[in-house]
Amino acid sequence: MTAHEPNLAARSNEPIISYRYDEHDRAFVRARVAEFREQVRRRLEGALTEDEFRPLRLMNGLYLQLHAYMLRVAIPYGGLTAKQMRRLAEIADRFDKGYGHFTTRQNLQYNWPKLEDVPDILEALAEVEMHAIQTSGNCIRNVTSDQFAGVAVDEIEDPRPTAEFLRQWSSLHPEFSFLPRKFKIAVTGAREDRAAISFHDIGLRIVEDANGARGYEVHVGGGLGRTPMVGKVVRDFVARADLLAYLEAILRVYNRFGRRDNKFKARIKILVHEIGVDEMKRLVEEEFAAIDRGPFAFDADEFARIAAFFAPPPYETLPGRSEALETKKRENRDFAVFVSTNVAPHKASGYAIVTVSLKPIGGIPGDASSAQMRLLADVSERFGFGELRVTHTQNIVLPHVKQDDLFALWRELSAADLATSNAGLITDIICCPGLDYCALATARSIPVAQAISRRFQDPERQRLIGELGVKISGCINACGHHHIGAIGILGLEKKGQESYQITLGGDPTFSASIGELLGPGVTAQEVPGVIENLIEFYLSQRREGERFIDLWRRLGHARFKEAWRREGEDGVDI
Amino acid sequence: MAATKHPQILFASMLRGGQTVLLGEAGWVGDPREAVVAHDVEAAAALERRGKEEVARNNVVDVYLADVEIGADGAPAPLHYREKRRLAGPSVRPDLWARREERLR
Repeated sequence: MTAHEPNLAARSNEPIISYRYDEHDRAFVRARVAEFREQVRRRLEGALTEDEFRPLRLMNGLYLQLHAYMLRVAIPYGGLTAKQMRRLAEIADRFDKGYGHFTTRQNLQYNWPKLEDVPDILEALAEVEMHAIQTSGNCIRNVTSDQFAGVAVDEIEDPRPTAEFLRQWSSLHPEFSFLPRKFKIAVTGAREDRAAISFHDIGLRIVEDANGARGYEVHVGGGLGRTPMVGKVVRDFVARADLLAYLEAILRVYNRFGRRDNKFKARIKILVHEIGVDEMKRLVEEEFAAIDRGPFAFDADEFARIAAFFAPPPYETLPGRSEALETKKRENRDFAVFVSTNVAPHKASGYAIVTVSLKPIGGIPGDASSAQMRLLADVSERFGFGELRVTHTQNIVLPHVKQDDLFALWRELSAADLATSNAGLITDIICCPGLDYCALATARSIPVAQAISRRFQDPERQRLIGELGVKISGCINACGHHHIGAIGILGLEKKGQESYQITLGGDPTFSASIGELLGPGVTAQEVPGVIENLIEFYLSQRREGERFIDLWRRLGHARFKEAWRREGEDGVDI
Repeated sequence: MAATKHPQILFASMLRGGQTVLLGEAGWVGDPREAVVAHDVEAAAALERRGKEEVARNNVVDVYLADVEIGADGAPAPLHYREKRRLAGPSVRPDLWARREERLR
């Protein structure tokens, strides 16, 4: 999709906080809704068989799971307006069971839609400039990014204009709609990687060259799944003007040489692994040199037009320190804890970034009720220019909150069970739907997350343990990112029972690493006790300021293996 | 008639709603007590044939046989935890798992 309405960014009387559809975009999405409505009608009337219909519904994000259909809604780079969040809540109430599940690709999934209702759902989404296109299938999926984009203090450049540029380039790209396998791209513009770019088919890091010109460090061949790989840098610097042509070259090489003969070896990571990064570089550079640049000529005006949609909102001029905030922190310890865990510094003086945890103690990671969605929409308007972000860690971010308003916001969130002070801590668990919903799963994952959450619910102890990523997947496809958890948990079937492998040492950031297996699988009941042992070992061994992952790297895997299992642990009702 | 290793019932998903169903005497049911149980190869093949006919009629999709054991109450219960989960619903949201008759509407 390419937008063509030059005055769009300036016409509204409210802050522009996200890309907005023009007539071209609207017509495209509406046409897709009408097309799918017709396809559903033909399916229900029997004119299409399931074999014929399945690829059509998947192109529109509709899966069939264990108990019902599941609709995956695209949330480009995780950005939502209050209006869109309210619409997601309305759809949850009208067509689903009153809740939605935010995913590790910054999307939202409905677990219970009926096939005959899906065209109406898509129409309701289109009315607020949303869709479910390319949330499934062997195409370029939803481009993901840093949830702190545009407001992070460590940012070189807001990655969202690039992400939107890529979204438009990749939407219905005729050459890349039937790739060997699905293809995922992430972009970050910060010095700290909050988007796990090393574990994407292509990861882009915005960098500056010696002259201060902005461009991209390009990582290729990262991924999780059954064969986890850390992406390799194929170019230290690609000039912005060359970005689309360079990505086109990578995709063409993949399209030509990717293993279409074997689904399990079809991702670009396998190609890079099999031919080696040097050969991959050679092939890409060869294609890049030969490519007709005409269709990919960089349009600086268009990039600037897109970037204008992501201009900072009209911040007030405020002091860097809020006396009101400091007073409330002194008066209310729970609030002070919340600020210490869930509030991050902001680029603009007097403002803060708030992470709203969707991980209440014992709750279902990533789930939000329609009432919670509405509350989030409301508070985003009252306290944050009506903007929200979905994180790949399955939380919600309010990116522009005045420090003076943090206490009022916290009270509103508390009343809706949305003020759990655990962002980045041991109970902020990434977790896929697992065998409670997913047709591919080999074991349940949510009950394991709930048990760990309850086990470590003491907020003081959580903060004592410090930053720690626990990530759980219910099958080898790794939607729960277990490979890159400092503690990863993978649910498998072993002799007809659910069994859980534990890995240590995964790291999703620029110091990327893949977790190593601790030992034989354990039962769900044993998982919390095993983690308790690991935590106790960590606390007994760590140095000042040393994170779990740091200690694991310093001492080595073998030392943790010795500590991993003790007898007599209590269990959990799963 | 050759006996199957385990008794079997036929699982499917309704086309319109996606709900998990089992093949009963008179049609698709949600309650395993109402499911037809095949104890031999011929009966299992007959279940599959009926299932394929229902697929062709666009009533259901993803039809397959699953092994069960017969409980003391005479009701078939899946042997594998995946099919047990399909019948029991999400373990983490039992509040959503309405009565089977309601789910099938």
